Amino acid sequence: MLHYILRRLFATIPVLFGVSLLVFTMVRLIPGDPVVILAGMEVSQDELAKVRHELGLDRPFHIQYFSYVERALKGDMGRSIHSKKPVWDEIKDRFPATLELTTVSIMIAAFFGIIVGVISAVKQYSIFDHMSMVGALAGISMPIFLLGLLFMWFFSLFLGWLPTGGRPDCFWCWDKLRYLILPSLTLSGTSLPMIARLTRSTMLEVIRQEYITTARAKGLAERWVIFKHALRNALIPVVTYMGLQYAILLGGAVVTEQIFSWPGMGRLMVEAIRSRDYPVIQGCVLFMAFISVITNLLVDILYGIIDPKIHYE
Amino acid sequence: MSKKSYLRMSIRRFQRHRLAMVGLVLLFVFVVSAILAPFLAPYDPRKQAFMERLKGPTSKHYLGTDQFGRDILSRILHGGRLSMVVGFISVAFGLLLGGFLGLLAGYFRRLDNLIMRLMDVLLSFPSILLAIGVVTILGPGLINVMIAVGIRSIPSYARIVRSTVLVVKKMPYTEASIAMGASSWRTMISTILPNSFPPILVYSTLEIANAILLGAILSYLGLGVQPPTAEWGVMVSEGRGWLRDAPHISIFPGLAIFCVSMGFNLVGDGLRDSLDVRLKESGS
Repeated sequence: MLHYILRRLFATIPVLFGVSLLVFTMVRLIPGDPVVILAGMEVSQDELAKVRHELGLDRPFHIQYFSYVERALKGDMGRSIHSKKPVWDEIKDRFPATLELTTVSIMIAAFFGIIVGVISAVKQYSIFDHMSMVGALAGISMPIFLLGLLFMWFFSLFLGWLPTGGRPDCFWCWDKLRYLILPSLTLSGTSLPMIARLTRSTMLEVIRQEYITTARAKGLAERWVIFKHALRNALIPVVTYMGLQYAILLGGAVVTEQIFSWPGMGRLMVEAIRSRDYPVIQGCVLFMAFISVITNLLVDILYGIIDPKIHYE
Repeated sequence: MSKKSYLRMSIRRFQRHRLAMVGLVLLFVFVVSAILAPFLAPYDPRKQAFMERLKGPTSKHYLGTDQFGRDILSRILHGGRLSMVVGFISVAFGLLLGGFLGLLAGYFRRLDNLIMRLMDVLLSFPSILLAIGVVTILGPGLINVMIAVGIRSIPSYARIVRSTVLVVKKMPYTEASIAMGASSWRTMISTILPNSFPPILVYSTLEIANAILLGAILSYLGLGVQPPTAEWGVMVSEGRGWLRDAPHISIFPGLAIFCVSMGFNLVGDGLRDSLDVRLKESGS
């Protein structure tokens, strides 16, 4: 097991290098000079050259890249051009908000998605099955910003029950839950329909297997057959999807965070792109890629827990 | 089974797929209304009428007016053209580049590792961030949105085409074509590519829905098509400030995006069932 984890971690090194090189190149292709943004338009050419030298931006591209990688490996991702804070501090400030939002929304999506998927599969071709699968397709087709705006309009502006956006500072309080409801429901709207469809299709494959017939023949209660024998085996592709989706959302639920003014990674990223804050863009993307790699690894390990047939070699 | 009977059976299965037919009707309505927008739109989509601003649906303006008094129905009809163009062109762009790379990776084993590792790097970015990154470099605008949305789909096309090529390459008819002296390019284009068509068609139909959604998201975030152009994402974004008093400004164009996307998803699902395709992007 440990050998497998180490091998997987080693395999991610070239991907992380590729991502860092791609981001480093892309960021330098963005129009606009970061030195002018940092120093201002009224500064003389000499002073611009001085700032450029201080930032190391006058050095050849490959030297800049290797110096960036070297510093990043030591945990130094540079400083934000605008806030002057270390990029790592910016990420540390924003990541908890995204972690909170993403975790709650994936839990909502998993809970309801799996329930709907299981019932649809067990009652295949019933009205519930047809309705829920058309509903799932509608969910997949729904633009997330429309869903968010509809929730905001109905629950916040029309009924006045929930706040329109923001996030209170308290670590965990009742007020935070009120602020969290609409963004997390909106965000779960992207994953819930996929989880429901995936659960249904894998459950349909599993319940036709011989071991399910055997379980029924043994006289086990139908509920026990479905949840203990069938669902456990049907969950593997669902867990894979949830893992991938969780990793993507942890990188920043860009649109949801924008709609509900949720101060997470997605907003940080969009703000950094708009203000050409290169170190923050680079730091965010690298961090996101790292999170994605770790999440995928955790999902692989989780397979073994769900399905004891899987052995790590 | 011969190719003709396979095709005939697939068409018959598709026609029996009720939801796919609903999707097809939905798409037909939107595509025709987008093409005929200049004739169908009751008003000029850019014409402002300040006395008519923020009006709800009436017999004069069927879907109401926006904050500048512009007719929302006319703007939705014209906006449909842009959304369709974004959907079709960006998917064609991704298909051409991704399909070509997948073909090379699947056929020439020496290129396989290099191309697929590159695709892995692209896939490690969430698609929305990749599109935002590309559009930031290229700048806002319709063409740049299409490129950004198209680039995002390159790795998926490369994987799908590669996996099909790996299967078709081992088929007796491909081996026969090579044995008869056909060149690599000829084998790829005349033998392998036509046999990769069903999964590509299904994936592309579903992908157009995603492309339209992503194009609208970019415009909504202010990174895509810019106001005052009548584009659905721009219209939803412009209406945000009037959500309390005039929610119809955002909701109607949002519903238009939803309907078109639903149409493509229904047709894509129907095609998958009738062509009996399983979209498994084989990892490498």
